[in-house]
Amino acid sequence: MSESNEGGKEFGNAKLYTSVHGIDLEEFYSSGHRTCQGCESALVMRDFIKAAGPRTVVTGATGCMYVANTSYMTTPWVVPWMHTQLGAGGASAVGMAAGLRALMRKGKIRDEKINVINFSGDLGGGDMGLGGISGALNSDYDLLVIIYDNESAANTDIQATNLTPYGAQTTFSPTGSARRIMHTKWKKNVAAMMAVGHPNCRYVATACATWPPMDYMNKVKKALSSGGPTLIHTLDPCPKGWDYHPRYSGELGQLAIKTGIFPLYEIVRGEVRYTYDARKQKRTPVREYIEKQGRFTHFIEEDFELVQARVDEMWNDWEIPGVAPVKGILKLAD
Amino acid sequence: MAAGLKEEKVYEREELASGTDGVAQAVRLADVDVFAAYPIRPYTGVMDRLAKFIADGKFDAEYIIADGEHSQFEIGKHASSVGARSFVGSSGTGWLYAMEALATTATDRLPVVALVGNRALDDPGAFGVEHNDAMLVRDLGWLVVWASTAQEALDTTLVAYRVAEDPSVMMPCAVAMDGGYLTHSEHIIKVPTKEAVSRFLPRYSLGRRVMHPDNPVSIAPQINEDWCMEIRRQNWEAAKRAKQVIYQAYREFNSVFGSKYTNPFFDEYMTSDADTVVIGMGTVSSAAKVAVSRLREKGEKVGFIKLRWFRPFPTEELRKTLSAAKRVTVIDRDFAHGGPDDGGVLYNEVRAALYDSANRPKVVDFIAGLGGREISIEDVTKMVELTSSSTMDEKIHWIGLREGTKGAAVENRRQ
Repeated sequence: MSESNEGGKEFGNAKLYTSVHGIDLEEFYSSGHRTCQGCESALVMRDFIKAAGPRTVVTGATGCMYVANTSYMTTPWVVPWMHTQLGAGGASAVGMAAGLRALMRKGKIRDEKINVINFSGDLGGGDMGLGGISGALNSDYDLLVIIYDNESAANTDIQATNLTPYGAQTTFSPTGSARRIMHTKWKKNVAAMMAVGHPNCRYVATACATWPPMDYMNKVKKALSSGGPTLIHTLDPCPKGWDYHPRYSGELGQLAIKTGIFPLYEIVRGEVRYTYDARKQKRTPVREYIEKQGRFTHFIEEDFELVQARVDEMWNDWEIPGVAPVKGILKLAD
Repeated sequence: MAAGLKEEKVYEREELASGTDGVAQAVRLADVDVFAAYPIRPYTGVMDRLAKFIADGKFDAEYIIADGEHSQFEIGKHASSVGARSFVGSSGTGWLYAMEALATTATDRLPVVALVGNRALDDPGAFGVEHNDAMLVRDLGWLVVWASTAQEALDTTLVAYRVAEDPSVMMPCAVAMDGGYLTHSEHIIKVPTKEAVSRFLPRYSLGRRVMHPDNPVSIAPQINEDWCMEIRRQNWEAAKRAKQVIYQAYREFNSVFGSKYTNPFFDEYMTSDADTVVIGMGTVSSAAKVAVSRLREKGEKVGFIKLRWFRPFPTEELRKTLSAAKRVTVIDRDFAHGGPDDGGVLYNEVRAALYDSANRPKVVDFIAGLGGREISIEDVTKMVELTSSSTMDEKIHWIGLREGTKGAAVENRRQ
């Protein structure tokens, strides 16, 4: 696990966690939410705001982390939090960051560092809000967008999004007698797409809230100290959407990384660092990850092989393995 | 201005300005903190002007070129949520692209001011004016006001911030103006001094709802059936209170700038003894006033009302004025296909206002000037004539329509 602490103890102005004992006990995402047992997205919430601390303003795009988190008068948020529309994650962060900057410059409020964070789900962040997040990442404001990805529209009864993995059953992609596989799309490569296309973007990372320990929280700290627009894409195992017992959330997150199906890395000003190097580690077969989830119970041998082949291609053939499929998608004409 | 005081300079200069220039000057003078732009004709001139102010160091604000109107209006909304005064704007389908943000800005009770340079909705493309874009927010909790001159555009934008940000109102305000006819036509305006504006317009404060770490609030959590009605009711009451705040704001405006807005909600022209009152919004007032004065010269008792504030709608005031007439000529620069009696939007609003009146004048509707087609003096004269001659079965007229393109003709061509 040495890879997970590659950044060292400090990153810019940020002091990174080196031991779980060094993590503050105070919670800023507290009781009051009604997320499911084993909900990893709730952990994404709890950990990002713990790492960011109380001098932070947060917007949450519509999604399960809106509906399940914030019922009127039982909010879990100890920091200022505001709902924003499904496709408005990036714009909400820009609006707040711009407002705070103008008010501070004009002396209308005290000049201090206030973190601006938006979280959007895979539907909000990866699909509808992609253009707005692109606009935010191309701005010059200090902001962090977290795409918390539980691979379905988990609030509206588990519908497929463009971040749902190949073959998964959802209510929009049920298996049936005529078509075994309804969802034939491959997961969008959101983090790398955003990193490649936005010269102003200072920091992009992928993360999993549970594993490796502290990795995600340190990435939040790094993003917030980068001095510009930043993005973190988390993979959040979802007992309801992925159909498994809540006790396995941690294990599934770990397996997603160890099988290489969810590459773990950070990109600091264009430089890619693996925070779990699935090239060097012996990758666990994807079957071990897939067969633990009810959404893949309809898979037969050829499906496992197809997914395994894709994962192997990603790590063996891509220009930047696991990150940028330049060679696989684009090449110079003869 | 109190008499006897040393003459106070409330205007810094005169300049040749279009309607969008007038708004841009007001945005600068209001010390707006954040504005977000996205191009679409014909409102865009305001953003061009503001960008130049920034480039020339004449205006200090955060300026964001957004990635679309939805983001543009969300940026304005969220800037407002941290306590920054914000400005946005759009036209036609751009305004509609922002519709989700428009709706939530209103339900979040954030006092953003937006310019809507009225434009016909696609498809097919047309740059010219139609009022349907602005009217689509009429039921959502936006204040909606029409300006009809560049000076009025400047004044109205300042008033818009004053009313929208009033603690008893806290509603966003759309300043509408006719695309082309006002966005792109110029006349000499008086530009106020910053000092005078700051006497009229207090600092924006969101109070206990502001998004700031010192004030850890949760804004817009899920309410469902538990609280939705109460929140709608609060907004309904705010819209009612806005009427009194509008009166107060214009009194203050007149007192600071020496302007003469006697009735904030609508201007009356020769209405006192009028048998027929023409009513319309925006730049149609120019043609309407000339038509009315010519008809007066012929001895016909005709008047004109230029409706300024459409939301809140001045129900009692209009009822009082219009019920004194025998006939009302409504000019609708909009359409409402399949609506009551197939009339336009303003027509049915006016009729609704008159329903409770003891004296209900005959109300005839004229759908005119769509897509930017000119409404001429002759058109208005014809409307007045038709108002007198129309039977109750002929309440709706399309004016300025190309001959042979009425429904029947189109049907025939299909054979």
